[in-house]
Amino acid sequence: MPATTTPRKTPFYEFHRAAGARLIDFAGFEMPVRYRGDVEEHQCVRRAAGLFDVSHMGEFEVAGAGAGAWLNRMVTNDVGALEVGQALYSPMCLPGGGIVDDLLVYRLPDRCMVVVNASNIAKDFAWLDQHRPDGVRLVDRSDETALLAVQGPKTADVLAGHVPPAALDLGAYRFTIGRVFGAEGVISRTGYTGEDGFELYFHPRHAEEVWTGLLAAGRAHGLEPVGLGARDTLRLEMAYMLYGNDITDETTPLEAGLGWTVRMEKPGGFIGREALEKQKAAPLARRLVGFTISGRRAPRHDMPIEAGGTVIGSVTSGTHSPSLERPIGMGYVPGAMAKTGSALGVRAGTTTLDAVVVPRPFYTHGSRR
Amino acid sequence: MGFPEDVRYTSEHEWARLSGGLVTIGITSYASEQLGDIVYLELPEVGKKLEATKPFGVVEAVKTVSDLFAPVDGEVAEVNPALADNPALVNQQPFEGGWLIRVRPRNAADIERLLTSAAYQKLVEAQHA
Repeated sequence: MPATTTPRKTPFYEFHRAAGARLIDFAGFEMPVRYRGDVEEHQCVRRAAGLFDVSHMGEFEVAGAGAGAWLNRMVTNDVGALEVGQALYSPMCLPGGGIVDDLLVYRLPDRCMVVVNASNIAKDFAWLDQHRPDGVRLVDRSDETALLAVQGPKTADVLAGHVPPAALDLGAYRFTIGRVFGAEGVISRTGYTGEDGFELYFHPRHAEEVWTGLLAAGRAHGLEPVGLGARDTLRLEMAYMLYGNDITDETTPLEAGLGWTVRMEKPGGFIGREALEKQKAAPLARRLVGFTISGRRAPRHDMPIEAGGTVIGSVTSGTHSPSLERPIGMGYVPGAMAKTGSALGVRAGTTTLDAVVVPRPFYTHGSRR
Repeated sequence: MGFPEDVRYTSEHEWARLSGGLVTIGITSYASEQLGDIVYLELPEVGKKLEATKPFGVVEAVKTVSDLFAPVDGEVAEVNPALADNPALVNQQPFEGGWLIRVRPRNAADIERLLTSAAYQKLVEAQHA
């Protein structure tokens, strides 16, 4: 029998078990994929509020002389334009333009916090450390950081009275440092669902107080725990990227439709700028598109995409969409096919599903600010 | 856990019940729980010939898709009409209202070769460990 690594547990593992969650190994962590049902949990977030344990994600602290300017050279978006109390979303690229990870950068008064995908913690840390100048301190705080997300139109009602009042006035991608159920930490108006919501970063020793406090406060508003299954259908309806599926080290932000996160002109430049400038100078050879399927079968990761009987790409992400009540997906296709209305085929085994390219996001009625 | 004793099981998590010369086939509660919310089923037409252990259809859940494997050789006699509008019936009543197809078996005794409830329970426990 080959040796297997025991998956790690987040600070909320016992709560997931007590709630009857189905647990799976995700990025080396035992994570709740669902508690009651994917569709029910998805709808709970769109209509009321859902509580997500996303503690498996990574958090790095970057501080010291020149830290901000250095970080700005590592990512494509403009860290230099961040105010204290503001965060941004950015890819981090290889010299060839491929994506190492997509991440968030938070500007705190005396440091930056970089939040990365769970599956890339070691890779991202090594990449950053490799490029770190003397004088800049890079510390992995992932094991000391619990992260919960409350997402849905009722989030503000759930949190009212339990967070500093000013937190409820925060705009999108703004954050404050304060207490929630006695736990001091970052309270940010960010999320991965397309709904209004907050992400709460705090020390794991407060796990029980915060989890039980949120569920008690949220009961009257319909707050329920929500698993990774619904998290994926929610984010896919918004056409948000999932690293490893929609973006990889072989796809560039321009191909993925993330050109808005690439600030070519920012002073100091960034790793990958030359390659991306070159790519921007000509029509893109391939682009990530969103498509809907007619029929009931869902497109799935790696299914071939066809046009005119030839394979032209493959599905990066696909699912049945609970909000749209139809199958949706994304995939890379040649630039010329990347127009709204283009007819495509998705090969599912021996059947070909009819698909049509649609604008992204798929879902446009979310409550996010 | 406890699975119904009046049916037989396959290692692919289908169940089969012989009644009145026809074999009713479905997927087990374990399968439907693993799959999550079922949104669509692709089932064969009446008259289609099935071969034991070969795929005969597809069950599509929100997050996953899975083939359905024929427990016995035979010919499709009925397809559950309730599932087109209500695929969730398979999650709600996997052994009763959520049956998938009824098959006229080539050999009614073939059902005896499938797993008993106790054997299936052991298989599930081993897989779940």
